[in-house]
Amino acid sequence: MNPSSFEYFAPKRIEEAFDILAKYDGEAKILAGGQSLIPLLKLRLTSIPYVVDISRIEELSYIRESHNELHIGALTTIDDIENSASIRGKYPIIFDAASNIADPLVRNRGTVGGNISHGDPSNDMPAVMLALGAKFTIASARGDRVADADGFFIDTFTTALKYGEILREITIPGRGTHEAGCYMKNKKTAGDFSVAGIAVQIRFNNSGTIEKAGIGMTSVNPKPIRAIKAENYLKGKKVGDSVVREASRLVVSESNPSTDFYGTVEFKKQVLAKIAEDAIYMATDRAEEN
Amino acid sequence: MENVKIRSRVNGKDIESEVEPRKLLVHYIREDLGLTGTHVGCDTSNCGACTVLVDGKAVKSCTMLAVQANGREITTIEGLSRQGKLHPIQEAFLEKHGLQCGYCTSGMIMTSFWLLRKNRNPTEEEIRKNLSGNLCRCTGYQSIVDSITYASKLMKADETEKEGIMVEQ
Ligand code: FES
Ligand code: FES
Repeated sequence: MNPSSFEYFAPKRIEEAFDILAKYDGEAKILAGGQSLIPLLKLRLTSIPYVVDISRIEELSYIRESHNELHIGALTTIDDIENSASIRGKYPIIFDAASNIADPLVRNRGTVGGNISHGDPSNDMPAVMLALGAKFTIASARGDRVADADGFFIDTFTTALKYGEILREITIPGRGTHEAGCYMKNKKTAGDFSVAGIAVQIRFNNSGTIEKAGIGMTSVNPKPIRAIKAENYLKGKKVGDSVVREASRLVVSESNPSTDFYGTVEFKKQVLAKIAEDAIYMATDRAEEN
Repeated sequence: MENVKIRSRVNGKDIESEVEPRKLLVHYIREDLGLTGTHVGCDTSNCGACTVLVDGKAVKSCTMLAVQANGREITTIEGLSRQGKLHPIQEAFLEKHGLQCGYCTSGMIMTSFWLLRKNRNPTEEEIRKNLSGNLCRCTGYQSIVDSITYASKLMKADETEKEGIMVEQ
């Protein structure tokens, strides 16, 4: 089906985008890779009078490292993330998620900023950003502000982004010596949304005790959330079967899935328990290797 | 709504058109340009029958607006053959029975064209993973995978031949 009619703008600079957004006060919507928005427009689940296509703002597409931090421009495509050697080497958690989003054709257009700012609880990048303790730089005509990933996701399809603001950058804190992570999800068919997904980032101290744990969950709550109890529980522990089992139990206790097409509450919790265990083992294995 | 002027390079030809902003790229390609080799299967971003290359990357043209292709280079299935000679991937699909009804085929070929450009020697797993956004309701995929493997061999042979010619010159 065709989207309903709209007026289209394709600014090349972010300032121009702010002006257009301001002009159509509250009525314009930002289009990036379009892999979520265009399907919504086509199904007429939404209609928008003014579309601001920001995908031509080249300054928003980059991956760079500086001051021991990783900076990702919001318009970087998922495919570019998947193919970045530095991400693959240093942040396997991001690589895992990127390489399993939808399918390669969608990843060629979908952007990391879109995946985050859409606020869809079944998108994968939010959980990853929660686990990593990422920060988001949010740009607007008034200047930039920085928000923590934690607190950014307010409700289903609702984030801390206000009208007129554009996500500019995702900043990932530097990685510790014995630190790594992983992202796992369970889905029924290729390209489908997940039944459940989990992001785990683990840092050990020199004596092999967990110093820091970050855990984010996908598809098991009305919004992407951290598993804070499990994070706290893991701190100060050494990895072993009983520790991992207990952490997984805590993860499940913090989830809040609902019964839908993808399964019953019970089923989703079982799936989550299993992938939580697997992901903690995988993350700790990788962290120990570092 | 006002039409927007777009200029793009389609299968090597510069084309200027006026389109409604809401027009999908696949409809622009099929209806405005008459290139009906690109198909619409699901229209919900699942099947990949509508796959074309935009600036060298395989994308679902039903999930992109025509206006977004302004200034970009588009390659459709019609752009693969050279002087009436099939592209090696097309030959391979013929040879290895990579199609039955043929509805998915142009998408399969475009997605594989993208893969074989960056990876001349894909493993079966890489081929299958790369096709995860392309659905086929007929073949059961095995013959498609065989076709792509065979295509990579044909393309390598082609290259060696070309290199040979270059050496001779
Ligand atoms: S028609 Fe585009 S993905 Fe099916
Ligand atoms: S050959 Fe019929 S859908 Fe693939």
